[in-house]
Amino acid sequence: MKTTASLISALAVCAAAWLPPAAAAEPFTPPDVLVKNVTLEVVDLIARDKDIRAGDRAKLIGLIEAKVLPNFNFTSMTALALGQNWRKASPEQKARLTEEFKTLLVRTYASALAAYSEQKFDFRPLRAKPTDTDVTVQVRVLQPGAQPVPIDYSMEKTAAGWKAYDVMVGGVSLVANYRTEFASIVRQSGIDGLINDLAAKNRSLGASARSGVAARP
Amino acid sequence: MRLLAGLLGMAVLAGCATGPDADPRDPLEPWNRAVYQFNDDVDHVLATPVATLYRNVLPVGIRDRVRNFFANIADPFIGVNNVLQGKIEDGFLDWMRFAVNSTVGLFGIHDVATDMGLEKHNEDFGQTFGRWGAGTGPYLVLPIFGSSDLRDGVGFVVDIYADPLTNVRPHDVQYLLYGLRFTQTRTDLLDASRILEEAALDKYTFQRDAYLQRRRSLVYDGRPPRERELEDEDDSKPN
Repeated sequence: MKTTASLISALAVCAAAWLPPAAAAEPFTPPDVLVKNVTLEVVDLIARDKDIRAGDRAKLIGLIEAKVLPNFNFTSMTALALGQNWRKASPEQKARLTEEFKTLLVRTYASALAAYSEQKFDFRPLRAKPTDTDVTVQVRVLQPGAQPVPIDYSMEKTAAGWKAYDVMVGGVSLVANYRTEFASIVRQSGIDGLINDLAAKNRSLGASARSGVAARP
Repeated sequence: MRLLAGLLGMAVLAGCATGPDADPRDPLEPWNRAVYQFNDDVDHVLATPVATLYRNVLPVGIRDRVRNFFANIADPFIGVNNVLQGKIEDGFLDWMRFAVNSTVGLFGIHDVATDMGLEKHNEDFGQTFGRWGAGTGPYLVLPIFGSSDLRDGVGFVVDIYADPLTNVRPHDVQYLLYGLRFTQTRTDLLDASRILEEAALDKYTFQRDAYLQRRRSLVYDGRPPRERELEDEDDSKPN
């Protein structure tokens, strides 16, 4: 994998050398700018949407799918959460795992966003070299009477721009937190068992969202 | 105190139960799961309804002041813990926070120190022991108080001694303040617990892993050294 990556970046450098200077300039939005833009845009859209503020979960999920989802690499996230078991999965299993995990994460993200109530953000300056292809973008959420909550996005440079492959909230990595759970389910009922469990979880969340149970109390 | 010691003893005895699926960090899992279930039931029947009512009745401005008041009386010992961890400057900043908020902030109900750029810290004796090199020991679920581990459980006992509310008399006032603080804390966690319900396939495992990750991060003040396990599995990431 590492070899493929270095080969690709080597090819990219070679290709860049042949291009005129203007086209060789960094074509992607820098990761810290990307995080800031997307965060502020999403928060602003929510603030201006009466339906979402009134608890319309389907509309919020639609917003996340349009604005946030394209900036995540869900295959990377799923692979990291699966750990060693990822290598044992067939291509079809990998696709289904990624799809179900993505649905679960989008719902969780929607739930977290619904809890947002005008806290201020502190976007930290990016500490990385221009050549880095794997960086951590740090944001802090400020709240009265409590320590700020750090949100760290682990981001990698892909052919389609910078993509997040993990989010750490208050030092808790989302991907790492699913790892033990996933490993224990795979040990008991195999990779198909995990796919079934994820699908069942998503179905029950979908059902409760429709009946309004999951709406903000 | 005696209750806690007794429970710790029982926890050690219950720890004999191990299976092939046992997590090395959680040898007392069967016992912990039982306590977790008990806590969850109490939470559903009592704590969540009270916290929800509290949130619906009191406006956010009042709740912020309640949170600020309890946060302020905790700052002196947060400072002590920072000093014990060798972070002398942070310790002094915590005491300055306490001085400013207790006076200008009207007994701590306004967090003016944060507005002045004196940031709130999160420290306790469990973190201090961790900083001194103590391992976490087995994961523990304490009745009512929830996720902990052996190190943090011992730290928690010291925290109780250091807690300003411990010496408040008469007892009626003390219990009222305990109740108010507990309700405020539970209210602040309402959103988090809802997210946990939705995100987790198995709430117990999810909460345990989040607790262990969170505490590790706190001991290192948000900059924990990379775990080897994570590095190894970076290879499985598709490029």
